[in-house]
Amino acid sequence: MNVFFQTWPWYISGFLIGMIMLCLIYFGKHFGMSSNLESLCSMSGLGKKVAYFNFDWKTNKWNLMVVVGAILGGFVAAHFMYDPTNVSINPKTIDQLSLLGIEAANGKLAPDALFGNQIYKSPKSILILIIGGVLIGFGTRYAGGCTSGHAISGLSNLQLPSLKAVIGFFIGGLLMAHFILPLIF
Amino acid sequence: MKFIKFLLVGFVFGIVLTKSEAVSWYRIYEMFHFQSFHMFGIISVAIATGIIGIQLIKRNNIKAIDGSTIIIKDKEKGSARYIIGGIFFGLGWGLVGSCPGPIFILIGAGVFPVILVLIGALIGTILYGVLKDKLPH
Repeated sequence: MNVFFQTWPWYISGFLIGMIMLCLIYFGKHFGMSSNLESLCSMSGLGKKVAYFNFDWKTNKWNLMVVVGAILGGFVAAHFMYDPTNVSINPKTIDQLSLLGIEAANGKLAPDALFGNQIYKSPKSILILIIGGVLIGFGTRYAGGCTSGHAISGLSNLQLPSLKAVIGFFIGGLLMAHFILPLIF
Repeated sequence: MKFIKFLLVGFVFGIVLTKSEAVSWYRIYEMFHFQSFHMFGIISVAIATGIIGIQLIKRNNIKAIDGSTIIIKDKEKGSARYIIGGIFFGLGWGLVGSCPGPIFILIGAGVFPVILVLIGALIGTILYGVLKDKLPH
């Protein structure tokens, strides 16, 4: 049972994510998380002001249910299936991060340096999270999908546009991780 | 009731992504520094599973749960929107370490400052909605 509570190996996790996508296809839908951001905007009545959000969000209710399920899953996994003894982040990564002032994971999912409660006192930290979010929201809508919609669903269906998007994801991510992040911290 | 299955799929998704640490900021940083195979393994196996599954569905003409034909839409052709949009998303992914799925999952996992990322993501979505016609696609 220990295995169940520790970090799941990549081959099991990857297989399950693939199956989740196939499940949604079998249900007559598709796997794509970022379109929920659109639905949330439409739900709040933005469709009256911006034509882009003028669609019937209720047709995407099923996807919002996936989101609710995902939030519950995150809660259960973090609170009832948690074994902090098994963290195997590359020691090199940990050393590198400590130079930036970001503490080791020690079982956490997010560093306090970025996501700790003290960040509410720092306008810079708040801005980092909001700007990160803006880039994610703007980028995924512009590209028409995120990791789930392009990297998993699109590549599984051998879509060339998705490959272009994933190449874009990595150009952006590499630029951030190697050149911009060290300037911020 | 017809939404229960989606709730369940989401639930499993949330657990898998948390237990695989795909929602971890550290894992994303590690991935972009090529210091671990973990994330690449997850994504590759997910795609391999998906390719095999989709081929099986297409070749055997498998019907959806309600008996209807399964239609998997092709992505629109183009380059600019995928590359430019992709780079924007990648910058955000590398900075806050979460893509749209994990944003929601982390809120459930109790990492509440992620709500700021969600607010940002909604602002970014609105920004795209407003600017859409002026952007190259």
